[in-house]
Amino acid sequence: MKAHHPHRRRRRARVATGLIGLVIGTIALQFFRVQVLESSGFKLQSESNRLRPIPTPAPRGTIYDRNGLIIADNVPGYAVYVLAAPRDSMKASLRRLQPLLDLSDPRIELLEGRIRRNQPLLVDVDADLGAVAALQERGSDFPGIYLEMRPKRRYRSGAAIGHALGFVSEIAADELALPRFADYEQGMLIGKAGIELQYEELLQGTRGVRILEVDASGRLVGSFAGREENPSVPGEDVQLNLDLPLMEWINSIFPDSMRGAVVALDPADGGVLALYSAPTMDPNDFVGGIETDVWDELSNDPRQPLFNRAVMGRYAPASIWKLAAAGIALDAGVIGPTEVMPEPCNGGITILGQYRRCWKNGGHGFLDLAGAIAHSCNVYFYQLGVRVGLDNMLEAGTRLGFSDLTGIDLPQENPGIFPKDRSFWVDVFGYRPQEGEVLSLAIGQGPNDQTPIKMAQFYTALARDGSAPAPRLLKGPPPTDSWRLDLSRRAIEELRKGMRAVTSPGGTAYYRTALEYWDIIGKTGSGQNPQDPERPHAWFAGMAGPPGGEPEIVVVVLVEFGKSGARVAAPIAAKAADFYLRRKYGIPIDTIQTLAEHVEAGVPAPWARW
Amino acid sequence: MIRRLVRSWAIDTQLVGLVLMLTLFGIAMIYSAGVLNDPSPVTTGAWMRQLVWLGIALVAFTVVSRISLRWFEWATLPGYVLAVILLAATKVIGTGSGTAAGVESFIDLGFIRFQPAEFAKLATIFALARYLGTRADEPTTLKSLVPPALIAGLPLGLVLLQPDLGSALAFVGILFAALFWAGTAPWLLLLLASPGVALILSFDTLIWSGYFVVLVIFLYLYRYRLYVVESVSVFLANLAAGTIAGPLWNSLAAYQQNRILVFLDPGVDPRGAGYQLIQSMVAIGSGGLTGKGFTLGSQKRLDFLPEQHTDFIFSVIGEELGFIGTLLTLIAFALILYRLVSMAAEAEDPFAGLVIFGIFGAWLVHIFVNVGMTVGLVPVTGIPLPFVSYGGTFLLMSWVAVAVAARVAHEEP
Repeated sequence: MKAHHPHRRRRRARVATGLIGLVIGTIALQFFRVQVLESSGFKLQSESNRLRPIPTPAPRGTIYDRNGLIIADNVPGYAVYVLAAPRDSMKASLRRLQPLLDLSDPRIELLEGRIRRNQPLLVDVDADLGAVAALQERGSDFPGIYLEMRPKRRYRSGAAIGHALGFVSEIAADELALPRFADYEQGMLIGKAGIELQYEELLQGTRGVRILEVDASGRLVGSFAGREENPSVPGEDVQLNLDLPLMEWINSIFPDSMRGAVVALDPADGGVLALYSAPTMDPNDFVGGIETDVWDELSNDPRQPLFNRAVMGRYAPASIWKLAAAGIALDAGVIGPTEVMPEPCNGGITILGQYRRCWKNGGHGFLDLAGAIAHSCNVYFYQLGVRVGLDNMLEAGTRLGFSDLTGIDLPQENPGIFPKDRSFWVDVFGYRPQEGEVLSLAIGQGPNDQTPIKMAQFYTALARDGSAPAPRLLKGPPPTDSWRLDLSRRAIEELRKGMRAVTSPGGTAYYRTALEYWDIIGKTGSGQNPQDPERPHAWFAGMAGPPGGEPEIVVVVLVEFGKSGARVAAPIAAKAADFYLRRKYGIPIDTIQTLAEHVEAGVPAPWARW
Repeated sequence: MIRRLVRSWAIDTQLVGLVLMLTLFGIAMIYSAGVLNDPSPVTTGAWMRQLVWLGIALVAFTVVSRISLRWFEWATLPGYVLAVILLAATKVIGTGSGTAAGVESFIDLGFIRFQPAEFAKLATIFALARYLGTRADEPTTLKSLVPPALIAGLPLGLVLLQPDLGSALAFVGILFAALFWAGTAPWLLLLLASPGVALILSFDTLIWSGYFVVLVIFLYLYRYRLYVVESVSVFLANLAAGTIAGPLWNSLAAYQQNRILVFLDPGVDPRGAGYQLIQSMVAIGSGGLTGKGFTLGSQKRLDFLPEQHTDFIFSVIGEELGFIGTLLTLIAFALILYRLVSMAAEAEDPFAGLVIFGIFGAWLVHIFVNVGMTVGLVPVTGIPLPFVSYGGTFLLMSWVAVAVAARVAHEEP
């Protein structure tokens, strides 16, 4: 046992004592370095640990119309925070704020649920100015409250642009869960619909950080506002194809009692000049949290003011779809542009083994394409339909996107309803379609429901050379054509000739669409609907431009239960086109525009061709 | 009269006095660790629970310090077997707890939760003392180091599986302390440690190559003291350690990798793994010479300090009591360690000396790793500070160790 001889033990004990000295000495030396030599640096860091970052939202990008007019910008608003503190004192602060900020009990409960350790709590994103003044005045009564100036959205001419623009509001829990909003935080304002949602990432900008200094007990010290550490980067400004004065004009002329939609496109590039849905809503109501009663009113209104009819409403296109049937037939080469159909219209025709009536009992006689469009003659279009054939009609209609989205840059759009092939009847109605289904389709009836934006896109092709780009709200290079019809110049001329007859003296829509300075052509339609067979939806789809020139604006108007396309829808389209073109060519605006208005107001219209 | 009473209770007044002081100081610091601006239920009442544990520990001390050394010797083998079984059971029925939720090192008995690893440390100390104490001579060959290495290696492997790196380091400390006190030549200890060194150095091929050349020269110089088999196995073990370092690194959990990377450079991940180290150093550094005052540490109060009542309790000491406080605490630990060394040196009985020195080895590792990590001397490892950190089992077993040491020293003629 020599290893445990006292002498050996003492030697090992000395080694071990040395080891203690080494270990404790090393540690002590390091502590001396950290706590004495380098202490000042760490003290500085410890100070900065007492600085509390608060995210500052960036001002949202300004939205301009095509002329550079401001559609949406920001004005100063105030957000109210409760600074991080023990949970109970944060709750107490909330209760103190309750009467001042008019917070409901459920809202208080929601906010209490959001309290996180060491996180400031956002109480109100857009505090009432009176409450802000009271908070600033009686600051000492509200310890641990922080007011932050933050930009707040303002929509110029709110109601006129409501459906196109959408609105911003506090991000909801289900939105926070989406991968798209992975970088977002509670309390942030995001676009909820329309352009605001579509271009959210552009408009949002990058949050900054404001540093608040707190003492060791977490109370705010120093300046009330803190200092901006990391300034926010404003969102990108966005310019739209929309024409703000035109939108306002449409809002002012659309009959208050009516529901419907107006879409105006620029045939040059498919740019959306106007996109209006009635009844409209004011996006300013949503800024900073919508009042409960306003929300209830909007969401319970049977007129559905939150429903964007221009891109989501689907209606039987009726006669305005006859142009599509004609385009398909011309594209397929089964009719000639000036060819007269062999069977005259005698108020009806026996075709494909069945007798089909025209809307006019007396009949239209022999008609060419332009005449058939002018008179909206069903008999002509039955024959056209038979020539195209059901399968080709379905194929071509699908190719033109009638069962699809237009691809407009809006977050919500409904696709049109149109059979892609014969299986549609089997799936939806439970029977195999006969060839005769093509007869209904050719006159815009049958299983065919289209949105106003879709019909506007189709008429854009007629205002161009047969090609149709996707309608686009954001100004920029025109998108590639979504489809094109192979139409000869001659064919387009004949189609327009037919539409011109509608709005020419003797045409059904002349009196209410004739304009002093512009040529306007178009097609009316009456969409049968199951809700009220006596009052069909009124359509007008047309285009206008300087006399003898190419069309410069395509307008589609739908008025729900408007009964007559010519009497109700067409004048709105004519007045919108007139307003746009007058502004474009620098002609003073006049509220008396159409021939009918001149006559009613007793203003002479020497330009009228009776 | 009272002095005699105290002396007869404490058995070793110096050791027990120091340890009791340190434990009470620890409870004060645990109380302070709970004083936050935004109090958390985990830390607020911790000091009271620790006080209860101290009561239990004092009872255990009183009982254990009255048990004869021979009983301990007798209980060594069953104790060791029980410890291994408990550790193995932890792998199956273990639960995480509190701040160590990720590591399944607790066994939950319903009324109490304890960490078998703490018991296993003491059992291993006894087992090694029993084995080495009964050898006629000190170990002179690598081969003779194999049985003690296995005795420590079994529980070490089991705690690594939990995975509890801190406790594993304590077992390494215990093994080397026991071997050293058994009279093992330092160069043999170096050879035993060499694969571990190779493992660490293998992160850089150049450094590792240099180390390997030195190792080969070393083996050559000591060629007459070693069997060929031993030289070859040391060589191979080093080679193997260097080779498996890569795969082993990859098998580490991401947080473990990060802790090591952060130790090398805290700046690599200031919001993540580097956070603990940076905040701890800021707390300690900002304490300065005299500290911010008891309970007044702003880093701690604002909750920047991680695990402030358990593994990072020393950061609270540093922030609130300053360099003076840390130095006094370190001196207290140095005195305790020195007292253990003296007791071991005085022990005529090899078993007694080995037990005391084994305890010394475990505590030295605990103190060095725990305090070292708060100032970036060693990587952040979940290992508590004896007598100061919050934790019932650890406090109890530390006090039992004190009782054993005191008793063992007391029995010496």
